[in-house]
Amino acid sequence: MGSVEEPARWHRGDEPFGHWHRGPFWLRHRGTGGPLRRDTAERLAGGVASGLAVWRGFNIMTVRIVFVLVCLIPSGFCVPLYVVAWLLIPAAGEETSIGHRARSDSRGIALAAGLATLLAFLLFVANVIGNGWVDSYAWPQLVTVAGLVLIWRNGSPEEQATLRRLAEPLGSAPNPAARTRWSAIRLVVAGVLILGGAGWLASAHESLALLRPLGAVLLVIAGIVLVLGPWWLRIARDLSMERQAKVRAEERADISAQVHDSVLQTLALIQRRADDPQKVVQLARLQERELRSWLFEGRAPNEADSDMTFAIGVRQIQQDVEARYGVPVEAVTVGDCELDENLNGLLAAAREATVNAAKWSGASVISLFAEVEPDSVSVVVRDRGKGFDQSAVPLDRKGLAESVRGRMARRGGTADVVSGLGEGTKVTLKMPRSAADSPARRP
Amino acid sequence: MSGVPRVVLVDDHGLFRSGVRAELGRQVEVVGEADDVQPAISVISDVQPDVVLLDVHLPGGGGQAVLQAIKPLYPSVRFLALSASDAPEDVIAVIRAGARGYVTKTISTAELADAIRRVAAGDAVFSHRLAGFVLDAFASGSPGAEVSGIKPSFDPELDQLTSREREVLRLIAQGYTYKEIARELFISVKTVESHVSSVLRKLQLSSRHQLTRWATERRLA
Repeated sequence: MGSVEEPARWHRGDEPFGHWHRGPFWLRHRGTGGPLRRDTAERLAGGVASGLAVWRGFNIMTVRIVFVLVCLIPSGFCVPLYVVAWLLIPAAGEETSIGHRARSDSRGIALAAGLATLLAFLLFVANVIGNGWVDSYAWPQLVTVAGLVLIWRNGSPEEQATLRRLAEPLGSAPNPAARTRWSAIRLVVAGVLILGGAGWLASAHESLALLRPLGAVLLVIAGIVLVLGPWWLRIARDLSMERQAKVRAEERADISAQVHDSVLQTLALIQRRADDPQKVVQLARLQERELRSWLFEGRAPNEADSDMTFAIGVRQIQQDVEARYGVPVEAVTVGDCELDENLNGLLAAAREATVNAAKWSGASVISLFAEVEPDSVSVVVRDRGKGFDQSAVPLDRKGLAESVRGRMARRGGTADVVSGLGEGTKVTLKMPRSAADSPARRP
Repeated sequence: MSGVPRVVLVDDHGLFRSGVRAELGRQVEVVGEADDVQPAISVISDVQPDVVLLDVHLPGGGGQAVLQAIKPLYPSVRFLALSASDAPEDVIAVIRAGARGYVTKTISTAELADAIRRVAAGDAVFSHRLAGFVLDAFASGSPGAEVSGIKPSFDPELDQLTSREREVLRLIAQGYTYKEIARELFISVKTVESHVSSVLRKLQLSSRHQLTRWATERRLA
C-alpha cells in the first residue's frame, strides 16, 4: 500500500478500484452466461468467492484475499456487492437463486425495506451531527442489510446456519457459560480501539496529516481482529474438524464395505453350509487369506490386474487352488519381478502342477516355492502324497506332459519331475530370464 | 537336558493357550501361562522355563518387549515366536530381538512339539515362511544385486549367506524337514542344524540396515 496516497483514496466513494473489480465480473457473467454457481462446500460465508474461484479456475485463497483487500480499500460497495451476488447467484446444485425466491416473499421485502429505511434515517441523523466520513461506507450498507434480511428469510437452512455463524461473534456466545470475563474485557478493549481509531480518522480528515490515518487504520484493524479473532480461529478449527470427520467417515465406510463384502458374506455362507465341515473349513481359509492380505499387505481382494507381478501371480495360484480343491497351499515367494511372456508361461505351468498335486496326490498340504534370481526364476511344487510311477503314466494324460513340460520347453525353460510311489512328487520348473530384464524389486 | 522341556505359554487368547496345552499333552511340561507383557515377565522370571512360546502380538507392547526384558536377565531361557500374522517386519523384529525360532499358528501339533524340543536343545527353528523371508532379505546382497546399485555392507561374513545356507533355506521354504534336507543334500542332520543356527546368528547380528528396510518395503508392496 502506498501510504502517501492513502488519505486521498480513502475518501473517494466511487473509487475506480472497486469499479475495476466489478467490471470484468459483470462482463464475464453476462458474456459467457456460464453456470457460475456459489460453491457451498468450500464456503466461508455465501460461497461467492469459492464459486468464483471454481468458475474461473482461480486459487480460492487469492480470490478471498483480493476481496478482503478491495473491502479494505474504501469504496464501501464491496460488501453489498458480495451480498447481492449471494442473492443473485444460485448455489451449486440449485436451479433458482435466493433473490428469485425472495420475489414472492412480500413480508421479507417489506421487512428489508423497513430496516433499510430505518438505517437510512439513522445515517441521515448521524450525517447531520457528525462530520461526514461515515457516508461513503455506510450508505451502501443499506443494500447489505436489506440483502441479508432477504437471504435470511429465503435461504436454505444451510444458508441460515451460515448467517447465524457469521452473526454469532457480534451477539452473545453460543452458551452463556462461555461468556467469561475475558470476552467482556476483549469487547471493551476492542470497542475502545475501534472508537479511538474512528475518532482519530475523523480528526485526520480535518488536519490532513499524511501519516496519521495509517495509525488510525491500524487501530481499527486491531480492534476488528480483537473482536473477530477468536471467532475466526474457531471457524478455522471447526472447518478442519469437519474435514477430518469427513475423512474418518469415508474410512469407516471403506472398512465396513470391505467387511461386508468379505467377512459377512463368508459368515453367511458358513451358516448355510454348517452341515458340510470341509466346505466350512475351505471358506474360512479363503476368507482368512483374503482378510490377511488386506490387513497386512494393503491389497484389496480382487485387485491384481492393474500391476501384476510374479509374486502376485503365485499368490493367485495359491488362492485359486485352495478355493477350488480345498487343499492348503503353503506358498513362499522370494523376490519379485515384472511379468513377461515367459514368466506367464512359467506361472501357467506352475498352476497346472499345483492343480495336479491337489487333485491326485491326496496330500494334506502342498508346498509352492517360487524364487526370483537375477538370471532365472524357479518354482518348486511339492507334495507328500502318494506319488506316481512316471513310466506308468498313460500317454493320453496330458496334464504333466503337455501343460507343464511342453509349456516350459517352448519358452526355453526346464521342467524336472521327481516322484515315487508313496514318496510324494516334486516338480521343479526353471525359466531363464532375458538379460534386459534386470531384477526389479517392487518398491 | 533331561525329560520333557518346561514351557511357558504367552498369548493373549486364553482359548489358544488351553488349546496348545491340551494338544501338546505330555510332550512338554507347561509350567506357566501369561496373557500380557508384564505377567509374562514375572512368570518367566519365577519359573525360568526351558522354552517360552511367545505370541508376537501382545496388547502391552508385543512379544519383543518380553524378549528385551528377559534376555539380559536369564540368557538361558529360549524363545520360540508364534504368530498368526506372517507379516515380515513382525517376524524379523522378534527374531532380531533374540527369539530362536518362528512358527505360524497353523502349525501341526507334532511339528510344534518338535520345534519346542529343537529350540530347547539350542537349535533354531525356521518356518517355511521365515526361510522365504530370510532368503528374500539377504538376496539383495548377492552379486547380482550389486549391479543394481546396492552398496556392499561392512561385514560381508555376517551379511551374506553361504551357498549351502541358501540351499538349506530353500528346502525349508519348500516344506522339507531337517531329515529330508540332510538326505537331499547328502549331509548329516547335525550339519543342517548348524547351518540353520548360523543363519539365525547372521539374522540377529547382521548390521545391514537392508533387513529392516526390506521388511518395511515388503509391507508397503
